[in-house]
Parts: sequence; C-alpha cells; structure tokens
Amino acid sequence: MRPLTYAAPATAAEAVSAVRGDPQARFLGGGTNLVDHLKLGVSTPGRLVDISRLPLDTVEQTEAGVRIGTNVRNSDLAAHPLLRSGWPGISRALLAGASGQIRNQATTGGNLLQRTRCVYFQDVTTPCNKREPGSGCSALEGYGRYNAVLGASEACVATHPSDLAVALTALDAVVVVLGSDGERRVPMADLHTLPGHHPEIETTLSHGELITAVELPATPLARRSTYVKTRDRASYAFALVSVAAALTLDDDGAVADIALAWGGVAHKPWRAARAEAALRGRRPDESAIAAAVEEELREAAFGPDTEYKRPLLRGATTEALSRLLGGLDGKPGGTSEQEGAR
Amino acid sequence: MEHVAEHHPDHESPHTSQHVPEQRITLRIDGTDHELTVDTRTTLLDALRERAGNTSPKKGCDHGQCGSCTVLLDGRRHLTCLALAVAYDGAEIVTAAGLAGPADEGDLHPVQQAFITHDGFQCGYCTPGQVCSAVGMLEEAGRGAPSHVTADLEADVDLTDEEIRERMSGNLCRCGAYAGILGAIRESAGR
Repeated sequence: MRPLTYAAPATAAEAVSAVRGDPQARFLGGGTNLVDHLKLGVSTPGRLVDISRLPLDTVEQTEAGVRIGTNVRNSDLAAHPLLRSGWPGISRALLAGASGQIRNQATTGGNLLQRTRCVYFQDVTTPCNKREPGSGCSALEGYGRYNAVLGASEACVATHPSDLAVALTALDAVVVVLGSDGERRVPMADLHTLPGHHPEIETTLSHGELITAVELPATPLARRSTYVKTRDRASYAFALVSVAAALTLDDDGAVADIALAWGGVAHKPWRAARAEAALRGRRPDESAIAAAVEEELREAAFGPDTEYKRPLLRGATTEALSRLLGGLDGKPGGTSEQEGAR
Repeated sequence: MEHVAEHHPDHESPHTSQHVPEQRITLRIDGTDHELTVDTRTTLLDALRERAGNTSPKKGCDHGQCGSCTVLLDGRRHLTCLALAVAYDGAEIVTAAGLAGPADEGDLHPVQQAFITHDGFQCGYCTPGQVCSAVGMLEEAGRGAPSHVTADLEADVDLTDEEIRERMSGNLCRCGAYAGILGAIRESAGR
C-alpha cells in the first residue's frame, strides 16, 4: 500500500478544497470499498480526506419528501421509519446489500460511488481499461458471468454493484453535490455514466466534488415500491440481476404509474423506461410483463455467459410487480399473504 | 481507568528513504485507553492485534468477507479489517475479550455462555467475531431494525431462525458449526 497522508477537515467546504487541490487525494467515507482497494492496489491515493465524521448524518422530512445526509449509515437508513413507510423499496434495497456489519459502516454517498466488483478490475495482475486505461478488457474473453448486457462498450463490460443506487434511480432521487463553486443538484439518472471509450470515468462528478445529501420526492408511487435481488447465495452477495419497482393501478386494474430500474445489467443503474412505457395503461399480467421486459432488452447484447440474465430479468421483474400487486411491498423470496394492492 | 501509552517502533526501512506518515490516536479498548502512534495505513484490526496486543478479533480474509474481525465499535457491530485506525481516533471498542461485564458470572457474557451450551463452535477461530456480531445483532433487532427477510417492514421483529440466519450472514464458519451458533443465538434471543 502506498504511503498516504490522512486528514479529517471540520467542514464539507474544507474537505472539498483539500481534494480539489490535489489530484492524488480521495474522499474517505465508510471505507468498506476504498480500504479494500488500498490493500489490493486498485486505488493508490497519496492523501485521504476523511468526510465520514462530518455532521451530514441526518434523515430529515422536507416539504417535497426526505433529505438523507451523505453520512447516514446504510443500516440506519434502511431502518428509518420514514423510509420504511414512504419508500419501502429503498429500505429493501439496502437490506438486500452487504452484511449487518458493513451496513453499519457504509454511508449513503459512499454506496453510490462504490466501484464495480468485476473480478478483473479488482485483480491488478490482469488488464483492465477501467483500472488502467488502454490496457484492455479481460472480461470480454474471460469470466463473463457478471458482465453487462445493456449499454456496454468494447472497452468495458463491468456492472455497477450498488443496490441502493438502483432503487434511488427508480424513485427519481436527486443527489446534492458540493463543489468549489457551491452546491448543485444531479438527478440519479445523470450521476453515473456508461463506459464508452472511457470506463475509468464512472460519474458526472468532477474531482473534489462531494455528495452531501440525497433527496427523495414523496409520491404515491414511492410508497408502493419494492426491490427484488437475485444472487448466487441467499444472503451477502452482489446481484446477478436486481429489480427496483413501484406501481400504482387505476380503478380498472391497469397500470396508472410505474417505475422500473434494473441492477446487474449495466455500468450504471438502468432505468427501464421502455418497459415502463409498455406497461403503462395495461393490466400487468404475466404476458404483458414478459413483453415489456423484452421491449427493454431490444438492444441488449447477450453472450453465452450472460444469456441466463434474460430469463432472470423476466422472472425478477415479474416477482417484483407481483409483490406489489399482492400487497404493499411483500416478503422477499416468499409468497405474500398481505392485503390487496388498492 | 487504566491508561496505556505505547512507544511506536521505528518504521524507517533501510531500502527506502520514503517518508511514512504517522498519526497519534487514542482507542478505548475493552475499557482501557490506548494511545498509539500508527502508520496512517494501519487497519483497526492490525492496531488492535499488533499494537494494542488484543488478539481477540481475528484476521480471516482481511477483505470484509468473513466477519471474524468483528467488534462492537461505539456500541455497534463493526468490521475492523476494512477500517483505517486513524479514522477511528477516540472510538470505544469492545472485543469478545471485553464483552463480559462485572455482573456476568464466570467472566462470560450470556451470549458466550450460550455458545458453549449449544456447542456453537469447533476450531473457534470465527467465534469472537460471531459472538460480537450476535450481541450487536440482538441489539439491532431489539430496537426493531428490519432485515432482508422481514415480511412487514413496519411490524415488530420476530427473531425466527430465518431472521437469525439472515442477520448473521456476515459471519462465516468454515467448520460449519452453524446449527450450534443458531441454537446459541436463539436462546440468547429468549426463544
């Protein structure tokens, strides 16, 4: 591990200027991903600017919804009464991620900025365009089970690993960012980027910009949200594919409003806008859902290693919407016996 | 309370003149303050084991995957391998070695006694982490925190076997003593 200096500024503004002025500096949040990358040699900063103790750690009800400080720990956010009742899909996404210990440590902003778990990105002995631009992509010809199927490029087929980011994307969250010129607001859908020729760039944030909060609008749709995650074991694993879904029906049982986002399919959380459009105004039965999923996958690129994600996406999307049709949210992995949707 | 100051070893390597940044921190470990000067790269786990001499938390994977380094940090279960010691200056840490309070008979915390009663270990390497994680988990469930398998996010927590398994998924046991661990935690939960 490269020697590094450590500082914990007293204010967010000081933290921003400390990182802004030093290309070798990085923000340190909960550290669950960055500290691992220091050990692996994936990340080699010369200076860490610790923001994890800044008092940006409250969940506040606002006129429009809720404002979540960047340092709110994943466990606290998942368990917060406001989120559990108003945005159950956010709580579900958080609870589906990591372990109890890691959720106590990981922060809201840090969760969004965690790096891909592509095995080649984390293995410094192999070529990886994201870690070392121009070195090549080992995943294209190598172990491809976790590869992206939407929006990938010849340079990179990595997927974004966050569950929270997928749910925030579905529920139209806005990220509050502090830079040297003050604050700006970035819709979740615009925070992460597709790889193109520059997979080393993962967000629209510039060096030294700090996520200080995430805002979620309160909507009837958000109250009827859930999250379904598929993985290789029952707990404590990253998603193969995941689905954040929210649904309201009209009096005829047709879709009044719907939000769908997928994880495990792309370099960023994937808002399934085509599938949403295909379902809006229709009764969300199994064949309509399957057709909507196919519509979203029209430009997807599957290979032998990722073909399994097609039926998995169909099944997980059907499961998520069925849960919402069967009751408010519902039990992960089981049959809901809760009250009706309307 | 006892107070321990420690002189740090010389980090100067004969092969390099590169400056290695260090920082002075205080950790309260099992009720005792430890003043340590650490290389900024030192993990909390290495600070506990190699500098403060507390070998209760174990280094299993050192990548946050096994849970054997779990302690209670400011009252919550927390990994120590994915944490830089400098970022936890002033923290209060309780390891499995310091779990038992003055009221506990035979110097064992009730959860530790339950692990013995239920044969919740074989080689014992994961046990300090398992025990700390269980204590933290019971506290979380006690204040109503839901889990991935909680059917109703807004209902009271019922610590079923399924709930215990899910909530303990961050602690691996390669001996496979899960049945005993489950029994120990079930008893600790009052079931």
